[in-house]
Amino acid sequence: MQRFALIFVPYLWLLALFLVPFLIVFKISLSDVALAIPPYTPTLKDGVGPFIAALDFENFAFLTSDDLYWKAYLSSLRIALFSTLMTLMVGYPIAYGMARAPEEWRPTLMMLVILPFWTSFLIRVYAWMGILSQEGFLNQFLLWSGLISEPLTILNTTTAVYIGIVYTYVPFMILPIYAALERLDGSLIEAAEDLGCSRLKAFWLVTVPLSKNGIIAGSFLVFIPALGEFVIPSLLGGSGTLMIGKVLWEEFFNNRDWPVASAVAVILLLILIVPIILFQRNQQRQAEAEG
Amino acid sequence: MNQAVFTPWDDPSAKPLIRFKGVTKRFGEFVAIDNLTLDIYEREFFALLGPSGCGKTTMMRMLAGFETATEGSIELSGQDIGPVPPNKRAVNMMFQSYALFPHLTVYDNIAFGLRRGTMPREQIDARVSEMLKLTRLEKFARRKPHQISGGQRQRVALARSLAKAPKLLLLDEPLGALDAKLRQATQFELMDIQEKTGTTFVIVTHDQEEAMTVASRVAVMDEGRVMQVATPERIYEAPNSVYVADFIGDVNILKGTATANGTGSYAVTWDEGQRPVTAISDTVFSEGQACFLAIRPEKIAINAERPTDADNAIQGKILDIAYLGNLSTYHVALPGGQVIKAQAANTRRVSRRSFTWEDTVWISWTATAGVLLDQ
Repeated sequence: MQRFALIFVPYLWLLALFLVPFLIVFKISLSDVALAIPPYTPTLKDGVGPFIAALDFENFAFLTSDDLYWKAYLSSLRIALFSTLMTLMVGYPIAYGMARAPEEWRPTLMMLVILPFWTSFLIRVYAWMGILSQEGFLNQFLLWSGLISEPLTILNTTTAVYIGIVYTYVPFMILPIYAALERLDGSLIEAAEDLGCSRLKAFWLVTVPLSKNGIIAGSFLVFIPALGEFVIPSLLGGSGTLMIGKVLWEEFFNNRDWPVASAVAVILLLILIVPIILFQRNQQRQAEAEG
Repeated sequence: MNQAVFTPWDDPSAKPLIRFKGVTKRFGEFVAIDNLTLDIYEREFFALLGPSGCGKTTMMRMLAGFETATEGSIELSGQDIGPVPPNKRAVNMMFQSYALFPHLTVYDNIAFGLRRGTMPREQIDARVSEMLKLTRLEKFARRKPHQISGGQRQRVALARSLAKAPKLLLLDEPLGALDAKLRQATQFELMDIQEKTGTTFVIVTHDQEEAMTVASRVAVMDEGRVMQVATPERIYEAPNSVYVADFIGDVNILKGTATANGTGSYAVTWDEGQRPVTAISDTVFSEGQACFLAIRPEKIAINAERPTDADNAIQGKILDIAYLGNLSTYHVALPGGQVIKAQAANTRRVSRRSFTWEDTVWISWTATAGVLLDQ
């Protein structure tokens, strides 16, 4: 009985905060748009029989008819993938540097990585608008230093979205990689060198494979939220940046087409389930290897 | 018999494999190695022995290439290896922690070094199989390091460091992580493998018994200096200083002054109220020179009656008995208060032992039993 209660609590949590909202969204995705409150039909007020009869998959069919949607999904996938790679390339050297730093420095360095979380995410993204705009700090600095003569257009481009995503998510990449690298026994690198590896070769053959779990965990922690990212593309990206999170928002709040927006959300969730399952399996395998 | 023949260090024409020439290593202010000169010969099993912090690990790391000498030079087969990076040296090391790659199988660990060269695949395969056979690991080739026991891991580390057939193999406390029984068995295994492969081994250890068992020569180190380099027998029987005598095994040190009482024979006055003891020594002492007489406990006999034929005999009282199973160490208090340790084999069972606490006994030793030291 006690065991049942222990298992039941987290499941109740999942049920209330994930499954029920998902079912509501899924139900809306099967509905039709209506000029009413709420803005869709049918509702349970219509009675159970007509309610079920009125549900259909036409919103999902609609998503395939307009190429905006699959283009937005593909573009989101591409942006999420490339920004994950870029975050990895930025984050790995930072994590490596932190793990190699003298022991007494490490808590401070860790603090510096976590520090941005103390400010609102939204404010930090707005700050990037101030940096990247035509008259922003970056352009002013480049003009002052004489590197460019015309201000660069960065804000409202996909480049700004990449900068925003890499900046925002880099701590999620650094922390798991740092955790893996910090545990790495230095004598393994010496052993690799002793057996004929150059420094670089030892890095590829020993350091990278042994931080693999950190790289995988960090990549998923960046990829999954980046795929559905809405704030960064809508504030930093221009009209040319197509991301599914933005499309979703526009369907909900500009078109007030809740059923189509819900269908978009359901598909996004289905796409995300694959990397989430892969991520879980990686975590599990890691736990088993250590246990 | 082989042992008796193999003494390249006594042969002035023999070329050493490794030559430390006036090597000094400093870490900031700290002097880890102090102007060290040492030759190690091919096919030797050389032990660096000393307490922690004596510089033995630093010496090994300089041989491997992980540290460079601050002054002086290190030669390997006549070539200065100072500027050669670790991956270019014909030297391999077996790490104290074994440093096995956890993401690779036993087979891949052993093949790791071979794959860095240009050796063709079949040859690598053959060499790894040979190593697996040598270390009796054939059954575990496909396992990962965390799936095998500590003793097996130790053998994988050995196989991996031997796979490239290095000129010199360095072993950093190789048996430190093994339990006593396994350690003894592995010591003999190591000697066996060393003989089979003919590789020069340099072993670092703080365990004197281990050094004595495996090594052809032992260097006793202290604070960055080599105190004595000699065969295990000579280190034990003829230490050149009180430090070495005291570091290796158990010893009684009598501090006194020497007076010649014959050719190469000295009377050592070591305590007022005691008769001087006689000791034979090759070292020449001047009249009244301060000296130390070092005598191993097992060279001191213990008797109920005064033995008639002993050169030195003193009466005392048994203070303590340390029972070691095969041996017992008797702590005998002399009238002056000093305690001398004497060791006797337990040829009879304990219940029938001839001496017990508070017994008055005679301890005795011959003139050649001790070593007379000047420092």
